[in-house]
Amino acid sequence: MSTSTQHSGTPHNEGPATEPVLRIDHLKVTFATDGGDVHAVDDVSLSVAPGEVLAIVGESGSGKTVTAKTILGLLPETAVSSGAVLISGSDVISVSPAKLRQIRGQEVAMVFQEPSTALNPVFTVGWQIAEGLRSHGNVSRKEARARAIEALGKVGIPEPEKRVDYYPHQFSGGQKQRVVIAAALALNPGLIVADEPTTALDVTVQAEILDLLRDLRDVFGTSIVLITHNMGVVADLADRVVVMYQGDVVEEADVATLFAEPKQEYTRKLLAAVPHLGRNSASAGLTERAHQGGEVLVEARNLVIEYPGRLGSPGFRAVNDVSFTISAGEVFGLVGESGSGKTTIGRAIAGLNKVTGGSLKVLGHEMLNVRERSFRPVRRDIGFVFQDPASSFNPQLTIGECVAEPILITGDRKGPDVSRRVAELLEAVQLPAAYADRYPHELSGGQRQRASLARALALNPRLLIADEPTSALDVSVQAKVLELFREIQAEFGFAALFISHDLAVVDILSHWVGVLYKGRLVEEGIGNQVMGGPKDPYTQRLIASLPVPDPAEQARRRTARRELLRS
Amino acid sequence: MATTKEPLLFRLPVLSHLRRSVGLQRGMLIAGLVLTGIFLLTALLAPVLAPFGFAQRFDSQQPPSAAHLWGTTVGGYDVLSRVIWGAQTAVLVIVIAVVLSLFAGVALGLVSGYLGGWLDRVLVVVADAVYAFPTLLLAIVMSITISGGQSSLWGGILSAAISITVVFIPQYFRVIRAETIRLKAEPFVEAAKVMGASTPRIIFRHVYRNATRTLPLIFTLNSSEAVLTMAALGFLGFGIEPTSAAEWGFDLNKALSDTTAGIWWTGVFPGIAIVLAVLGLTLVGESMNDLSDSRLRGRRRAGATTGTTTGTTAGTTTGTVAGTTTDTTTASSAASSPRGATESAAPGPLEGTAGA
Repeated sequence: MSTSTQHSGTPHNEGPATEPVLRIDHLKVTFATDGGDVHAVDDVSLSVAPGEVLAIVGESGSGKTVTAKTILGLLPETAVSSGAVLISGSDVISVSPAKLRQIRGQEVAMVFQEPSTALNPVFTVGWQIAEGLRSHGNVSRKEARARAIEALGKVGIPEPEKRVDYYPHQFSGGQKQRVVIAAALALNPGLIVADEPTTALDVTVQAEILDLLRDLRDVFGTSIVLITHNMGVVADLADRVVVMYQGDVVEEADVATLFAEPKQEYTRKLLAAVPHLGRNSASAGLTERAHQGGEVLVEARNLVIEYPGRLGSPGFRAVNDVSFTISAGEVFGLVGESGSGKTTIGRAIAGLNKVTGGSLKVLGHEMLNVRERSFRPVRRDIGFVFQDPASSFNPQLTIGECVAEPILITGDRKGPDVSRRVAELLEAVQLPAAYADRYPHELSGGQRQRASLARALALNPRLLIADEPTSALDVSVQAKVLELFREIQAEFGFAALFISHDLAVVDILSHWVGVLYKGRLVEEGIGNQVMGGPKDPYTQRLIASLPVPDPAEQARRRTARRELLRS
Repeated sequence: MATTKEPLLFRLPVLSHLRRSVGLQRGMLIAGLVLTGIFLLTALLAPVLAPFGFAQRFDSQQPPSAAHLWGTTVGGYDVLSRVIWGAQTAVLVIVIAVVLSLFAGVALGLVSGYLGGWLDRVLVVVADAVYAFPTLLLAIVMSITISGGQSSLWGGILSAAISITVVFIPQYFRVIRAETIRLKAEPFVEAAKVMGASTPRIIFRHVYRNATRTLPLIFTLNSSEAVLTMAALGFLGFGIEPTSAAEWGFDLNKALSDTTAGIWWTGVFPGIAIVLAVLGLTLVGESMNDLSDSRLRGRRRAGATTGTTTGTTAGTTTGTVAGTTTDTTTASSAASSPRGATESAAPGPLEGTAGA
């Protein structure tokens, strides 16, 4: 705890004259759960000055979202909170429901993580923005509409007069988030709480939303509480940072100081774990493609994969005319934003998706019109690591049984031999052998993903497909899993297709990187060359949009990106 | 959650629910369990409890007296004995009906949901067609085709049970099929597919055990429906001969003409028996249903010991923490031992209502 100020007042502001927009004093939040009381937030104090962007960062379970929800009085019934949350003089925790409704919207508004679920699909966006206006006083229909148009204009939606009558599904993900921000802005609140506002968005869109939030602060003087786990976003937008860990404030500093000289051990570890584009690249020093002498395990030639459309409408072409090869021992990194077709390619190689056209040869087997029966023997040479470690294990089986499953299916080994192999595998992924008796829900996310890796390696596959294996994990856990993956790949020497949306993560592991955009492979090359000097305009935009966890460097990158977009 | 495994006893459906319950929900569950317990015990101990056999005849329509505590019927049967023996018949029918429909429904649901295709389409249409019939009509038709309407003890019980089975199979089928289709898209099923597991292995090892977790709920709720259907069949005269077994619905039917003559005891007691048996099973089923859903489950208020707590939720009043003196201690002891549940059922921190 760094904020143990006894006196009331404004402990964190340089200028004592300015009244903070938000002040939280000794906030404690406790949840009642089946496993007993959980102290989600334990004595948190902080304040936000007018026109300031305060970032609350932390990993899952740190209490950052609970803190944000408390600011708007949005805690569920099972929660009990104490302390004070003062928004322009009134305490949100003890205030009457009527007063709380008045504070919401007028004094403080919220931007949610997932814009597609934050908007009601059956009403026009104009109606939804106007709803906030109407519930705060007598506003005529005409005036509400005018102000909704104005709000949409503010957040950079083109043709707001026309699009005010559109429904949410007619907007793209980034535009939907703009609409959510417009709704939050409708009553000109002094404070916006943004809970992971860009986590559900692609990098290029994320950069746009961050620009928008920055403009709001600069033009309207709106204070922002930014809840995020992404250090790059923090470096890009925040003025001051509060680091939370297990319900406590670990460290609080302005953004430059925090990144330059973190004081606490936890902050240092957290920052060290964040993947930084261009550092720790797997392809460092390579001048030509590695592992080209080996056997070609996967070869795609003009590969086309379509998802069948509904009756009468044409199918959706997820992968269009893609050609690449993966040789034995090579790690091929496939990068792309959502909808680029990267997962579809991975699933097609594993035989989970049908190939529509072109040719895809996996371990010598043609996947076009493949029959399950003839492909089944090939499967033992393919390991697959799924994105979400929580759902990729059968909850009714122990970890040991799950890892043993591929061995039992092939029938290679029997009895004690199987459990010996399971212990061996768990050891290889650095899990204690005793974990074999535990159930998946008794393991943490990182441990589950290790077990998932152990299962994929159970039959010594020649090819491993990893579909976003670390995107559901916290940064510090992600760093460890990536390190483990790298070690094991070097040790076992399998070829791997590593799929991710995160350029920095792909760069850490892959020798050769392919960039997918709308189903087409727009660029491929040696990892550090693609990241360092992208040739395709899309790759250039993608890499320029990626925020790096360093405020000074990020400011430079931001101007560079603006110039790139202008040209 | 705790990393150590709980003893098997507490992971069983009903007991685990009992341990998790608080307040009103716990009261309802316990009331249901007590009623159901009495029902089952009566059935089990019928030969001991009943003063006479179910087919023994005495003078007809005697009012309650020392010899016949609940009087006798128009046919000269002892009402008390008939009600007690009737519990046995009811339990037998429930068990047979539910077990039969469980096996058939689960098997069909798994296969249909996982394989899909034309088989799935045909089975769904059949299930929908069965749904379209009024339950009782279907049961009557089945009863007639199986036994010709009237028959011996086992013949009657089986025909009643099978008629109910036909009505229940689509229910199990639908639940399991929907669950299977959901599970089919889960990554762990795809993981098994990628490993090269065969279809039967995926169905039985990975889907089956996950799809059947909601069954105890339907099972209990269906049991109460089975009692009602059987009683209705008996009432309409498609039940079991009074000389073969005692049956509440049949007795109600015979009591019909008594009501105008002011003979109340022949109808009231079998009627109450039906109501209590159904009420008990429904209470167990409904409270298990609520307790399995974390959104409907009431919880003890967090940090009930601190004095300055204030509810933060908008608008809703905070739970009435009534007897704050020994709340937490009794509650936690009750939670740790299911035996202590009965005493602390009524008081304790009442936080029964949750959800909107």
